Amino acid sequence: MAIRPAGTLYRGKVGMWSWVLHRISGVGIFFFLLVHVLDTALVRVSPEAYNVVIESYKTPIVGLAELGLVGAVLFHGLNGLRVIAIDFWSKGTKYQNFMFWAVIAITVIAVAGFAPLHLARVFGH
Amino acid sequence: MSVTIETPNRPRSRKQANWEKYGWLFMRVSGPLLVVLVFTHLVVNLVLGDGIKAIDFAFVAGKWADPFWQVWDLAMLWLALIHGTNGMRTIVNDYTEKVKVRKALTTTLWAVCALLILLGTLVIFTFDPCPAGASADLLASFCPAA
Repeated sequence: MAIRPAGTLYRGKVGMWSWVLHRISGVGIFFFLLVHVLDTALVRVSPEAYNVVIESYKTPIVGLAELGLVGAVLFHGLNGLRVIAIDFWSKGTKYQNFMFWAVIAITVIAVAGFAPLHLARVFGH
Repeated sequence: MSVTIETPNRPRSRKQANWEKYGWLFMRVSGPLLVVLVFTHLVVNLVLGDGIKAIDFAFVAGKWADPFWQVWDLAMLWLALIHGTNGMRTIVNDYTEKVKVRKALTTTLWAVCALLILLGTLVIFTFDPCPAGASADLLASFCPAA
């Protein structure tokens, strides 16, 4: 039976999965950014044009998706700080595992705190 | 399943600037700036006041009537688009195998990036918070017509 190599910083375990999540969240945020620059540019067309399009951000489905977007931005930003700490801080690799779970914890807590506030606005009238 | 790297020990030629290094550095300099810029953007637009419900033309006009938010959003626009495009370029470099496909994708990415930076910059600096002829009920309260 082949020997299974142990996980390292970038193979298996937290190091790899944080990298995967960083990519997926990054790609998602990138495509939202393209749309977001275009929808904001509508303020230059007319107040009506902007208001009509921005109303779609207040619908239930998009409102729910915004929670995912906020979560993706929080994770990507905080995990990016973790990557910088691994690169530049002498103890970065020692604490990278702890830092990953701290990133997850802060993201989950922040989204959990934001969700009731945001959903009340989206689903309320 | 092993990848052969032909000349792993070949020293990098010093004939041209090391763009990969500058790209790597840019991600680490723009990243923390974007954390501050974007997290604040989210708090101001989605948490404070009435959040998403309050966002309309008058809300944007209120922000961009202030040079502070113009500069804030301009910095966010440029940094986020370059950061995002460079990240996408990294992913394209990882997963494309044909040189032509890679070039086509990265060229497209940078073209879209340049176009949106140009568009966004023009919008921020040519924006009129109180456009003439607009219906008064859509304008911010500080507009003479409102």
